[in-house]
Amino acid sequence: MKTRRRRLPDGRTAARHAPVNSRRPSGEAPGTASGVAANGYAPREPIHYQWVFEAAAAITVGCRVISREQDSMHRAGLVGVLFALIGLAFLPVAAKAAGDRPTVTLLNVSYDPTREFYEAFNAAFAADWKRRTGETVVINQSHGGSGKQARAVIDGLDADVVTLALAYDVDALATQGKMIPADWQKRLPQNSTPYTSTIVFLVRAGNPKGIHDWSDLVRPGVGVITPNPKTSGGARWNYLAAWAYARSKPAATDASAQAFVQALFKNVPVLDSGARGSTVTFVERQVGDVLLAWENEALLAVNKLGAGKFEIVVPPQSILAEPPVSIVDKVVDRRGTRKVAEAYLAYLYTPAGQELAAKSYFRPRDATIAAKYAAQFHPVKLLTIDGDFGGWARAQARHFADGGTFDQIYGH
Amino acid sequence: MSATALPTVPRARRVLPGFGLTLGYTLTYVSLLVLLPLATAFFKTAELGWSEFVAVIAAPRVLASLELSFGAAAIAALVNSVAGLLVAWVLARYDFPLRRVVDALVDLPFALPTAVAGIALTALYAPSGWLGRWLAPLGIQVAYTPLGIIVALIFIGLPFVVRTVQPVLEDLDAEVEQAAATLGATRLQTFLRIILPALWPALLTGFALAFARAIGEYGSVIFIAGNMPLRSEIAPLLIVTKLEQYQYAAATAIAVVMLVVSFVLLLGINALQGWSQRRLGIARTT
Amino acid sequence: MTALAHDSDGETLAAVTRRPRAARGAGRSVLIGSALVYLGLFVLLPFVVVFGEAFAKGVASYFASLADPKALAAMRLTLTVALIVVPLNLVFGVASAWAIAKYEFRGKSALVTLIDLPFAVSPVIAGLIYVLLFGARGWLGPWLREHDIPILFAVPGIVLATVFVTLPFISRELIALMQSQGRDEEETALSLGASGWQTFWRVTLPNIRWGLLYGVLLCNARAMGEFGAVSVVSGHIRGLTNTMPLHVEILYNEYNSAAAFAVASLLAVLALMTLIGRAALDARAPELRRTTLPSPNT
Repeated sequence: MKTRRRRLPDGRTAARHAPVNSRRPSGEAPGTASGVAANGYAPREPIHYQWVFEAAAAITVGCRVISREQDSMHRAGLVGVLFALIGLAFLPVAAKAAGDRPTVTLLNVSYDPTREFYEAFNAAFAADWKRRTGETVVINQSHGGSGKQARAVIDGLDADVVTLALAYDVDALATQGKMIPADWQKRLPQNSTPYTSTIVFLVRAGNPKGIHDWSDLVRPGVGVITPNPKTSGGARWNYLAAWAYARSKPAATDASAQAFVQALFKNVPVLDSGARGSTVTFVERQVGDVLLAWENEALLAVNKLGAGKFEIVVPPQSILAEPPVSIVDKVVDRRGTRKVAEAYLAYLYTPAGQELAAKSYFRPRDATIAAKYAAQFHPVKLLTIDGDFGGWARAQARHFADGGTFDQIYGH
Repeated sequence: MSATALPTVPRARRVLPGFGLTLGYTLTYVSLLVLLPLATAFFKTAELGWSEFVAVIAAPRVLASLELSFGAAAIAALVNSVAGLLVAWVLARYDFPLRRVVDALVDLPFALPTAVAGIALTALYAPSGWLGRWLAPLGIQVAYTPLGIIVALIFIGLPFVVRTVQPVLEDLDAEVEQAAATLGATRLQTFLRIILPALWPALLTGFALAFARAIGEYGSVIFIAGNMPLRSEIAPLLIVTKLEQYQYAAATAIAVVMLVVSFVLLLGINALQGWSQRRLGIARTT
Repeated sequence: MTALAHDSDGETLAAVTRRPRAARGAGRSVLIGSALVYLGLFVLLPFVVVFGEAFAKGVASYFASLADPKALAAMRLTLTVALIVVPLNLVFGVASAWAIAKYEFRGKSALVTLIDLPFAVSPVIAGLIYVLLFGARGWLGPWLREHDIPILFAVPGIVLATVFVTLPFISRELIALMQSQGRDEEETALSLGASGWQTFWRVTLPNIRWGLLYGVLLCNARAMGEFGAVSVVSGHIRGLTNTMPLHVEILYNEYNSAAAFAVASLLAVLALMTLIGRAALDARAPELRRTTLPSPNT
């Protein structure tokens, strides 16, 4: 105690003490630096350090200007700054190490209900590619709401190919991200849509509420489950199919169509952000009486979860849902994967690819495969987005943009 | 807590080495990881301009989500203040079998990952769930309604109230209570006149902490919320939704509103804790 | 008020814990009973549900879903992230606590508030700000892309978001502890000729080791369980950037609720271990409770 008291007044002319004390940590500095490095993220590619030192130098200069501390004091501070920077700099290096790629990899960024399909398809393509070229290709998958997935790609998710729920979301890669040419949809056959689907109703066993057509969905007491059209591609198809139904009635106007969808959404108790979320709400949590779903999603639910629990009701009229595919030019050119990415998408159009799509309950484009699986797809009158809504850009602006018809439902 | 309130160290003599080193490290780390990223949110929002910013925030859907987030958080924090006081009281004052286990259990909501809490609560309260199936016939629906959100927020907020109130209760001097009792005060009077006034600051702090934590909560809520615009859509989810619609500026505008509220709350909590410590006279004479 | 002011922390605490617990009788049972019911209903039951649902399809299916390669990859990633995040925040925690608890300087309370801030910020916002910063259209995104440094939608982005969310934990724990300890011991050591580093290793570190461990425990629990922030920056690439909580969500969305709860049960066990560790530390160093609990991190 006494020693301390006596020292304190001495320290008044801090210059005498401070240099002695603060030089020590500087002297110890290398020891700690190696201590940090020993934590297990040793640099494999030291090139990436360059920017760290540049940044450190910049900060050093900045600190000199700002600092009014004694010289040695701020040197110690700079060592602290440097440590912090070096510590953080290990992140990209660690990423590099973690990202070492032994083989060719492709990233397919897709929407929700394609998980099972692409799991099977990726394995088939990888085998086929190996046979043809001897190269091993590993395909990584990312799934989520279609709009969200497109956003992630624009923000830098390195997708070699995108297989999304609707053309509007792929358009966003062209308009917002400038990652693909504007005419991307003309690059592959059939609007770049190797498989299609439609919107059907999934009801509980025995169809207790007697749901057969769109008009049944607006009856009071019928709980309708659909995801949010703002975030889910499938939900936009749902919405447009309902709109088209209301619009096709005799003497219908836009106002009556809007009143119809408004009544429909009054019956929606849960609005999930993606198609999968809605299916889980309906199937597992047993909320609602009818699920508006992709046909493939509904068939999958019925077949995967036991046919006794649910039934599929196909309305007399629905919409042709076209989930398109595209390579992402900016990414494949940077990563040098264009060839394999193009082959991947082309494989979707081959009989093998078409058969896998049909097995996952997508409607195949190939006539022979379609005939083979005709039994599982009910005939239904299908409206199209281009024929009946003037294309996605117009449908989006009219219905789903801020202030569009969907917002008006919830805005008032 | 509030470092400024405690005159722990006589004005800088800096006999101890390492001030420059550690402060430099701290400032850099915090600047790079907290300050710089948060600043981007404000700069991004500045792109909007004032009138657009107001338009984004004043949209019915945004207002509804903010109202819900703040409202549900306030209700949950209120429930937790009462229940947390009860739990803290029981833990601090009574001895009973398994008290230590119960004491440890209080922290479970804090240690349990939010997504796990979310799916567990949904499995409990969904109409087909463990509890939901008994509540449904009574006409009480918890999952997919604002009530579900409140339940989730009650879950995550409980430890904060208990853990701020409990040590204060333990520190309260039994002699004062005994003195009150010998002077003829009933138990209720003792509680209301002696104990509660001493607890106020801690209780308020616990409330504020639970509230602050609840307004931003995401993982445990989205599974159980139902996510209906205008009804059960919380503000953090709306941020994600806006983000997914490429409306970065709008998303950050909502984020900025929440950030400002969080910051004000934090300052309030710090002040409260300073007050609380002064009132209790927990003088750290070092 | 003077009656409440005790001068010696240790003695007071001992007195408090030894104090015979108050009042017996009906009121007592009612209070204990209702507290237990409340805790059971709101805290214990959700925890039990996790295991109940995890084993809903039997033990074999439980272990099968844990052995799934995608689940294993998620576990590996979660461990990796925690292994990077915890040491980073550990060094930061010690450094910041040293600067803040041992010295007075201007702007200190602002710095403390800044360290606290991540606690009050919504995890979604934590993710969002890193998207704004590192996204392809963000501030640093284009430059990072040019230099082929992956941050967003890769492991570093997940690490950064997690560091942000868990930043206050160790730091706040240590600041409170070191403030209560003051700096007498360090100064004595120095006056006896020890060097700065010797003082730190031989005096300070032993003094704060339990608090440090406590902070590490909390930080680790949060780091492994973070969902909101990580979900915004992850990119959801299966087997590559899915952490355990994200994997839980994915399984949950695949009608595979048993498997989702199986992976969730591992996280629940982690939570349980955190609690046990906490209780063990409480028993070993009771003063921790007093010094740390009023902080928002507990």
